Amino acid sequence: MQYMLLIYENEARKLSPAEQGQLMNEYMTFTQDIVKAGKFKAGDPLEPTSTATTVHVRNGKTVTTDGPFAETKEQLGGYYLVEAKDLDEAVAIAARIPAARTGSVEVRPIRKMNM
Amino acid sequence: MAPLELERLYREEFGRIIAILIRLLGDFELAEEAAQDAFATAVEHWPREGTPRNPRAWIVGTARHKAIDRIRRESRFDHKREELLRETLLNNGAGDAMDSDSSVPDERLRLIFTCCHPALAVEAQIALSLRTLCGLTTEEIARAFLVPVATMAQRLVRARRKIIAARIPYEVPSDDILPERLEAVLAVVYLVFNEGYAATHGDSLVRADLCVEAVRLARILCELIPSSSEGRGLLALTLLHDARRDARISASGELVLLEDQDRTKWNRAQIQEGLELVDCALRDAPAGPYALQAAIAAVHSRASRPADTDWRQIAALYGYLMRLRPSPVVELNRAVAVAMAEGVEHGLQLIEAIAARGELAEYYLLFAARGDLLRRLERWYEAAKDYRAALRLVTAEPERRFLARRLAEVQAHLRGGPG
Repeated sequence: MQYMLLIYENEARKLSPAEQGQLMNEYMTFTQDIVKAGKFKAGDPLEPTSTATTVHVRNGKTVTTDGPFAETKEQLGGYYLVEAKDLDEAVAIAARIPAARTGSVEVRPIRKMNM
Repeated sequence: MAPLELERLYREEFGRIIAILIRLLGDFELAEEAAQDAFATAVEHWPREGTPRNPRAWIVGTARHKAIDRIRRESRFDHKREELLRETLLNNGAGDAMDSDSSVPDERLRLIFTCCHPALAVEAQIALSLRTLCGLTTEEIARAFLVPVATMAQRLVRARRKIIAARIPYEVPSDDILPERLEAVLAVVYLVFNEGYAATHGDSLVRADLCVEAVRLARILCELIPSSSEGRGLLALTLLHDARRDARISASGELVLLEDQDRTKWNRAQIQEGLELVDCALRDAPAGPYALQAAIAAVHSRASRPADTDWRQIAALYGYLMRLRPSPVVELNRAVAVAMAEGVEHGLQLIEAIAARGELAEYYLLFAARGDLLRRLERWYEAAKDYRAALRLVTAEPERRFLARRLAEVQAHLRGGPG
């Protein structure tokens, strides 16, 4: 079973270069761990919401607006797609993402489509 | 089998049967529907054809067939899934799981952990536990929690769907997370009992049905996890409080305080069982919060008259509880016990300290408790002020009437006579 782990963080939070380096290392270690364990399917950080564009199509016309769909205190900042046997395992993996300590991680099951 | 016996079988066996069916079918909703179908068939057949040798096995067997019928009728799943399901149903030794009680682990243990999984909202945990483990209907649960049936039905549907879609495990948690999961299960039982014992809304102060179900749930837990001393503590706690149910409400539906209760109306058998469980739970040091609360209830239960109550011991037990689970409510209870053990003035000082911090500014019992101590000190004016504050915050009707009576008494003194 696959789960999407959506990482939400306050992107305005300022980090010193040393803290950034530390965080980077933590992500590297975590990612390597789940790759080795065969749990990793995909995962990437995202550029900040200041680079986001929201698209609507109404009456056949494409309308683009600057910024994310909704303004929130924490913003989607990255994701992992993981393989886990059940929700408990997915939650355990999510809890090891460094951002879980400062922001939050939403765990969403991937819906199986019969196609 | 007489209808009453069938009713008893339903009550006693529903949880086990549902647990087996969920294991076989992998679907909460289908398992519940199939079990209902099977019981309905039993109502029809058993009086005519006699009770089967193993009623539970009969129900499970019938439910399996009913499940297949339902899948066909509703074409709930695609063809391939149906094949798979049929194979599972027919071949995986369901017979063994039903026939003997001792050789297979009780399936309800998985069920209870799934129902009380922290990924489900607490209201959903409570509703699912009552539905699957106690066999209450959606209507009964809705009535007990004073929510519309449609709301409760929706809550249950959402929870079952989430269990499947998010794959909430149907298994006993591994040892590393077992203690915290067990805590969540105990909390659900405690919440059910509390809502029954001190209904927060509406006309009736006690919802006996919920108290009874909470005691049942606690009993099931103790049976399934005999090593849990907190489970025993919780069962003791529910038994000891529930034992006072008949004495706690007067014939006219008014609240009767512990000190005014007719103690001959207490359920002695239930108290005896509770006291034995408390002793047993307290032997496992260190005692947990449920065992401590049960121990406090036990002190009250041992006093044949209010004057015999060992308030010093109660204050000490609240002191331990404070260390384990510090909260302003526990602190308030301790203050009341201190007032009884060491003098009203002393207790009042402790309550003033709690009130000064403002954490319980919306909690009617803070004002009711302080009002009571002030009343004992004959400080009528301040007592009246507190009773009025409590009345503004209280939500349960009988408690409101009780406070109104107390306020009237105090006001009579204010006007210069004992009324």
